[in-house]
Amino acid sequence: MPHRSWTSRNSGIHPPKLHDNLLGMIGNTPLVRLSGVTRDLPAEVEVWAKLEFMNPGGSVKDRPARQIILDAIAQGLLGQGQRLIDATSGNTGIAYAMLGAALDIPVTLVMPGNTSEQRKRVVTAFGAEIIASSEMEGSDGAITLVREILEADTEGNYYYADQYSNPSNPLAHTLTTAPEIWKQTDARVTHFVACTGTSGTIMGTGRGLKGFSKEIQIIGAQPADAFHGLEGLKHMPSSIVPQIYDESLLDEIRWIETEAGWDMAEQLAVDEGIAAGNSGGANVVAALQVASTLEKGVVVTVICDHADRYMD
Amino acid sequence: MSVNVRIPTPLRKFTDSLESVPVEGSTVGEALQNLADTHPGIKQRLFTDEGKVRRFVNIFANEEDIRFLEQLDTMLEDGDELSIVPAIAGGAA
Repeated sequence: MPHRSWTSRNSGIHPPKLHDNLLGMIGNTPLVRLSGVTRDLPAEVEVWAKLEFMNPGGSVKDRPARQIILDAIAQGLLGQGQRLIDATSGNTGIAYAMLGAALDIPVTLVMPGNTSEQRKRVVTAFGAEIIASSEMEGSDGAITLVREILEADTEGNYYYADQYSNPSNPLAHTLTTAPEIWKQTDARVTHFVACTGTSGTIMGTGRGLKGFSKEIQIIGAQPADAFHGLEGLKHMPSSIVPQIYDESLLDEIRWIETEAGWDMAEQLAVDEGIAAGNSGGANVVAALQVASTLEKGVVVTVICDHADRYMD
Repeated sequence: MSVNVRIPTPLRKFTDSLESVPVEGSTVGEALQNLADTHPGIKQRLFTDEGKVRRFVNIFANEEDIRFLEQLDTMLEDGDELSIVPAIAGGAA
């Protein structure tokens, strides 16, 4: 067979897409079957990962950020000069900053002081303003500081996006992530597994998938301890529990050790060629735990962001 | 000599909610060991079974990451400040 370079291959199956603006590029991320880290599973048990780092802002958070902003504009809460403000440890902040730049909406992000320098530089590049909260108090400290700023904001200069309470956050996943997974698996998905931070991904996708079939199992996962190193994730028993979190939607909860998530992120890079952030690693740990209990099934999880976001 | 250790919120349940705990120690390792000995529960959260600081835990001696100093052998002086900071910003706190 004559040699054909990759770039000369017929791309007719997936023609390059055109978008009117950045907003249309969010979602419709690829779903990839994991074949290396799953080698000990029976062939009838499939584990698939949705590569959310393919979103233009580089993470799953583009979805809720778009929905939150569009809903706020539609409700007249944003878009007439108000600054969007929220507490974020990174990815949501990057998504807000990117969309704010695209839609000409000023953005203020309250981030814990130990947010990585790289993330701060990215949001600053998009023109967003950063206010630092205590590095000892994590995302709860950032939430508390936002509330203090809003109490002092008597003129209504801010629109509080409040990703932890905003129903538009899970709604984004009900409207996009869930139908994408349903379609991409040809309606074969049996389990959806994801760790909880704001819990928007698991709540919204879970609700959406249950709408397609009540048989689909929704499994949440959390850091095993309050003191952990899984970026963006919350240990609910010791945290300010997000208002959007409804544990009754979950069929099961798994507890993930930090090192297991970190190790899996590294293993995914080596075994699958997928360089995941450590929350994606934790998701795959949980997905493989679930998969190991099955004789047959289609388990879907999410790679929230890319490892290069953590290589300061 | 006595140094102050700043405690992150998720570990304060082991320090009677104290934000900062005075401990004795002439090196970072000694000071953290004394902290762990006097506050059960902290040890397994800071150290691996082999006695190393867990990968996601950053220890700062007077604002300097001890990975760029002499690690646990970093010398301390009276009144120095140690900070225990998880390597992440999100999640439980």
